[in-house]
Amino acid sequence: MKKISTFLLLAVLALVAVACSPETVEVEVTRVVTETETVTETVTEEVEVTRVVTETETVTETVVETVTEGARGQGGRVTVIYWQAPSNLNPYLSGGTKEIDTSSVVIEPLALYNEIGELETRLAAEIPTLDNGGVSEDLTQITWTLKEGVLWSDGTPFTSADVVFTYEYCSNPDTGCSASNFYEGIASVEATDDLTVVITFNEPTPFPYQPFVSNQAPIIQQAQFADCVGAAAQECSDQNFGPVGTGPFTVVEFRANDSVLYAANDNYRDANKPFFSELFLKGGGDAAAAARSVLETGEADYAWNLQVEPEILSTMELAGNGKVVSAFATSVERLMINQTNPDPALGDDRSVFMDGENAHPFLTDPVVYQALSMAIDRNILVQTGYGAAGRATCNVIPGPAAFVSTENDSCLTQDIAGANALLDEAGYLDTDGDGIRETPDGIPLIILYQTSTNSVRQGTQAFVKQMWEQIGVETELRNIDASVFFGGDPASPDTYGKFYADIEMYTSSASGLDFQSYLGNWTSSQVSGPDNNFLGSNVARWTNAEFDALHAELATTGDQERRSEIVKELNDLVIQGGGMIPLIYRGSVSAHANTLLGVRMNPWDSELWNVADWTRAGN
Amino acid sequence: MARFIIRRVLLAIPTLLFISFIIFAILDLAPNDPTGSLPLTVPPEVREQIRESLGFNDPFGIRYIKWLRQFFIFEPLNALETATGITIGDSANRTRILSWQTRSPVVEIIIERLPQTLWVLGTSFILGILIAVPVGVLSAYKQYSLFDQIGTFVSMVGFSIPTFFLGLLMIIVFSVELGWFPSFYDTTHKVTDWPSFVVQVRQMIMPISVLALFNASSLSRFTRSAVLDNLNLDYVRTARSKGVRENAVLLIHVLRNSLIPVVTLIAIQIPGIFAGAVITEQIFRVNGLGQLLITSIQGADIPTVQTLTFIFAFLIVVFNLVADIVYGILDPRIRYD
Repeated sequence: MKKISTFLLLAVLALVAVACSPETVEVEVTRVVTETETVTETVTEEVEVTRVVTETETVTETVVETVTEGARGQGGRVTVIYWQAPSNLNPYLSGGTKEIDTSSVVIEPLALYNEIGELETRLAAEIPTLDNGGVSEDLTQITWTLKEGVLWSDGTPFTSADVVFTYEYCSNPDTGCSASNFYEGIASVEATDDLTVVITFNEPTPFPYQPFVSNQAPIIQQAQFADCVGAAAQECSDQNFGPVGTGPFTVVEFRANDSVLYAANDNYRDANKPFFSELFLKGGGDAAAAARSVLETGEADYAWNLQVEPEILSTMELAGNGKVVSAFATSVERLMINQTNPDPALGDDRSVFMDGENAHPFLTDPVVYQALSMAIDRNILVQTGYGAAGRATCNVIPGPAAFVSTENDSCLTQDIAGANALLDEAGYLDTDGDGIRETPDGIPLIILYQTSTNSVRQGTQAFVKQMWEQIGVETELRNIDASVFFGGDPASPDTYGKFYADIEMYTSSASGLDFQSYLGNWTSSQVSGPDNNFLGSNVARWTNAEFDALHAELATTGDQERRSEIVKELNDLVIQGGGMIPLIYRGSVSAHANTLLGVRMNPWDSELWNVADWTRAGN
Repeated sequence: MARFIIRRVLLAIPTLLFISFIIFAILDLAPNDPTGSLPLTVPPEVREQIRESLGFNDPFGIRYIKWLRQFFIFEPLNALETATGITIGDSANRTRILSWQTRSPVVEIIIERLPQTLWVLGTSFILGILIAVPVGVLSAYKQYSLFDQIGTFVSMVGFSIPTFFLGLLMIIVFSVELGWFPSFYDTTHKVTDWPSFVVQVRQMIMPISVLALFNASSLSRFTRSAVLDNLNLDYVRTARSKGVRENAVLLIHVLRNSLIPVVTLIAIQIPGIFAGAVITEQIFRVNGLGQLLITSIQGADIPTVQTLTFIFAFLIVVFNLVADIVYGILDPRIRYD
């Protein structure tokens, strides 16, 4: 008996010791205490925060609130939920949205796009243009002038040397920089003095706002990252977890894929900002749990990326703690139409372009893809799967307004009768009476329709299948795990680049407002095939000589009005030529507490882009 | 006994090597792409550059040997170095196992996450034992009494309701409706004084109770049947007829013999504490080792998945050995030689 009890006691004690010791060792006070006395002494005045948003893309609201102006950090803690937590804070090493957003409160670019898609300065003093001489007449040079007196959070001055260093860091191929496409086509980046940076491009670049613009390409500190260039970048975990920045907050504690604790940056250039002394960013769980923490329990102030069934979100919103907000950039959920023949009998020639010799038996016929598009009721897809996060669209480029074509809007209304008539007229008839039409050559219209595994996508698939049944098209559905489908493994037959199906569905978007490279996804030089390991960005293998010529013109046009005209024309060529069938203009959905003021959700950049301006009501 | 232990330890070495190879091979055969979760706007050439910088494109054999060397030689040496402060060999050039997601040493991430996993799972495990053993003993002693019926009912409920349902239910009742406990776990919270300790307890209550109920349910059933088996044996009748008091019969004679299988079961379950409770951690956002494993699998972070699963396999092998040894100590009738 004695033996057992001592053993049990020892075992229990050991467990207790193991369970307790790691926590008790690190007893240190890191919490910042807000001093209530100083707060009461600051002058309270009526400040009218009026925000006029010219476009309807983002939330338009006018807030009149009592906001205490004065001391930085008087607002205490603000809690933000990114349910997919960042795995590090260096967006150059892991270019996922979660890393870009969460590092954007610490490190900043020279300029970025605000919520209405206009360039706004961050570390630059002004936006260089042709008019102010910042962009050279021959479009090969851009000169950025930096703000004076900006300090890094460690107190050292921010200079043009840091900008040049950032270029060297990311353009080094051994770094494995995920934003290296932002620094392509550059001949040199030079610092002519402490506050001036001159970027020279290899060729005329009418859209020079790529390098150092947006939070995907922010400036990192040379002093901190000097030893982390090239292969060494992978091992600099201290730097990647706690970059020194110029932004409103600094990193206090970083826990990979879990949480980040930030504190207000004492050296931030605006002495009155940020309003909050601490920013706590929590990850884990799923989108529904994140929404619940803001809308129902009120524990958190902001929750990002709430891809939750629309009816669940609206029920949670009824609790009255917060509201759901959305913002729309250029993401479009689309059906890509395979222009090549994916017949397994073709062996290695399956879905290979072969200069147009291997065309799809029926999907390249305008009658067929038009009928397929007409038969879809996009509004039902929005209502059932997306709610506030989606709108029906008929375009490749769904926004901003200046770039949107109105030529294709007829697809917004479903037209089954019209689609049937179109097919009848062109000789696609159901000759054998099995409910499936055949081509004039006798090939039945049976479509293999694949996408990634995701409940909303499978819902969409099921609806589209039903709609196409009504026009005599049979659909086989298939879904593939997202990591495989979007992965680039050339050995896998299931990647979206291989496209071993007739139609596939996914979402893609322009990177920021760079329509030139986005529309490059339909040029013939980008056709996905065995010569590029099926990694070419023209996934549909769609080609059109007129499109190629017009796209080349876009690359040499500097005039903004002409550029938006070309973008519209290119958009129409893709849609009318069957390059894709657009379904849904997808926005991002987030939620914030009613007490949190100043949230301007930005579809073009980090959602935390203006966190320095966030305040709390009633303080 | 000594020979038995030595034999088992020696046998464990090839077993573990074999396990590590199998894990590595399975992960390698599965279609994986560490850049698969990046936005589609990142072009394929850039993805290729990233894969190259991670060493993803090296041949299978090289990656496996590299990992073996890092895990069995470099990491222990580094641990020894930090523990003793003495520099051993060329420590600056010893490559560590780096996570592809975070680009930081996997071992450090695991150490960072151990506290919350041990706090929550360890406490729930101990709590589960403290509830299960008395309940099991009493249920058996008063078989078919009201207490036994209630105990059986509760443990059936605890055993059959999945933790993800119970967890969600508790969040809706205690966080949303009543507002008593936080719905997510703050891992940056540090216990420094009484109020901060209360905060820590409040955020631990829900995940611990869900897991404790689940642990206690199976263990109490186990204890009950073990005690029932013993109660009808001859030595119990002998003890009673000698005039030993009922308390002593139950708590000294029966309990000791009944605990033999229970203690073994407990020893075998201990690795589970380290493996984390994937689902419960996810629901309460505890973000311990279970959540680390899930996010690594989703992000195709092969070095982390490989290291974690191997550590779990190692613990399972070790605790199975411990269970065998404990069994031998508790029950003198068992002889391994």
